[in-house]
Amino acid sequence: MYDSGKIITGLVIFVALFASPFILNVGGVAPAAPQPSLDTPAIKDMETPVCVRDNMQQNHMQVLDLWRDSVVRKANRTAPGINGQLYEMSLSNTCMDCHSNKAEFCDRCHTYAAVDPYCWDCHVEPPKEGTES
Amino acid sequence: MNVWISLIASLIVVGGLVVGSAGLAGLAQYTQTSGVLLLLGVVVPMLAFATFIVGVILQVVKWGRRPVPFPIATVAGQGKTLPWIKADYFDAPYTKLGVVGRMAMEVLFFRSLFRNTKMELHQGPKVVYGWQMWLWVFALAFHYSFLTVFIRHFRFFTEDGTVAFQAVKILESLDGFLQLGLPGVLISGFVLLGAATMLLLRRLTNAQVRYVSLLQDYFPLLLIISIAASGILMRHVIKVDIVAVKDLILSMLNLNFAGMGDKALAIGWMFYLHIFLVSVLLAYIPVSKLMHMGGIFLSPTRNLLCNTREFRHINPWNYPVKVHTYEHYEDEFREKMIEAGLPVDKPMSETQEAAAPEEKE
Repeated sequence: MYDSGKIITGLVIFVALFASPFILNVGGVAPAAPQPSLDTPAIKDMETPVCVRDNMQQNHMQVLDLWRDSVVRKANRTAPGINGQLYEMSLSNTCMDCHSNKAEFCDRCHTYAAVDPYCWDCHVEPPKEGTES
Repeated sequence: MNVWISLIASLIVVGGLVVGSAGLAGLAQYTQTSGVLLLLGVVVPMLAFATFIVGVILQVVKWGRRPVPFPIATVAGQGKTLPWIKADYFDAPYTKLGVVGRMAMEVLFFRSLFRNTKMELHQGPKVVYGWQMWLWVFALAFHYSFLTVFIRHFRFFTEDGTVAFQAVKILESLDGFLQLGLPGVLISGFVLLGAATMLLLRRLTNAQVRYVSLLQDYFPLLLIISIAASGILMRHVIKVDIVAVKDLILSMLNLNFAGMGDKALAIGWMFYLHIFLVSVLLAYIPVSKLMHMGGIFLSPTRNLLCNTREFRHINPWNYPVKVHTYEHYEDEFREKMIEAGLPVDKPMSETQEAAAPEEKE
């Protein structure tokens, strides 16, 4: 092979870059897939669930997006839940009343899947023991 | 009409791959057969990856074994010659740094596509040469968005707390800075789809390009369009459980196959379509024109010094050629030439005088 020094250097760089997913991981232990925790007082006291798990897991971001547009642009602050009851469209109040465990509920999957939601650019996580923010 | 056969054939092939893998994955989901899903989502990708790595190495080594004895002078710029003629440092590089510069600009900015021109016959008749920038524009958009999309996918390969993971997060926040919808639109995916489509349309609308387009030109474009479209659909419309996807991929990368069947069943069919098409692309790269990824670095017109006017290059494997000069020829046939009345450089008498001392010895 001609110019073997340069060609082999190039090939080593190529393999290192493209095989890096394997090189970085192989031999290690894959972390267990995260499970969002439903272990909060409000959810424990609940007789029937207000949100449907499968639907929410897939579409919660779209729901929140629709809520934001509805509240901010149309000043329409309530939406019916699956049980027909009207709920206030509020991330910090309605959602996080029950899901008061942001670190174990929201962040687990988001961190795992490298999702960086910009909810918290504006919203704050309600204080644990305090009044509604 | 024959021109369209290549397009139709590649449409059939890509369509078959899409429908086949999606149908197979959907059926396997319906019947809860994890084996088929593991075939599509784990076995085929790993085999394709091995084919890709080994195939690229073999192809590059094959190219490396081809001798290129001479620098190939390009006419893109003035080569270095007399001191008062200004040489073109990057287009006809005469130093190694110049070669590196030309190669870097070729790889990063696709300068040779920038030179694309088009000839048109206008009223008159008048021949007009014009700059044709579309191939260059779409190629730039295509390659850079593909690179961004590729790097973004490292969020499936790395874990929280590593540098690569943080870098991917930063890249993704830049890519999604429009904050349009949720999950947010990532610009690179749509640019990739659009640019690949425009490259395909260029092939179809330009008669000359269409004439030279074959199956191997349409197939990769259609395949990449399908990959980009399936990826966008998976993110925004036909969603899959992304946590389950990363779980499956990390188990695969760790070669940790225990309990993989259940992990595979938790993911929707769209993922298997997407990863299967990517596997086909990976396995196809080493045997196709997509090898320009490696080939660009081995292009003699890009990686050789353009110093043919500075130095005389002699073929390194020249053997001593046996020559028969005119002097020898005349020595051999002098008598016959004189008899036939042909002019000779040396008359008979001179040669005899010159030869006489030799006879004495």
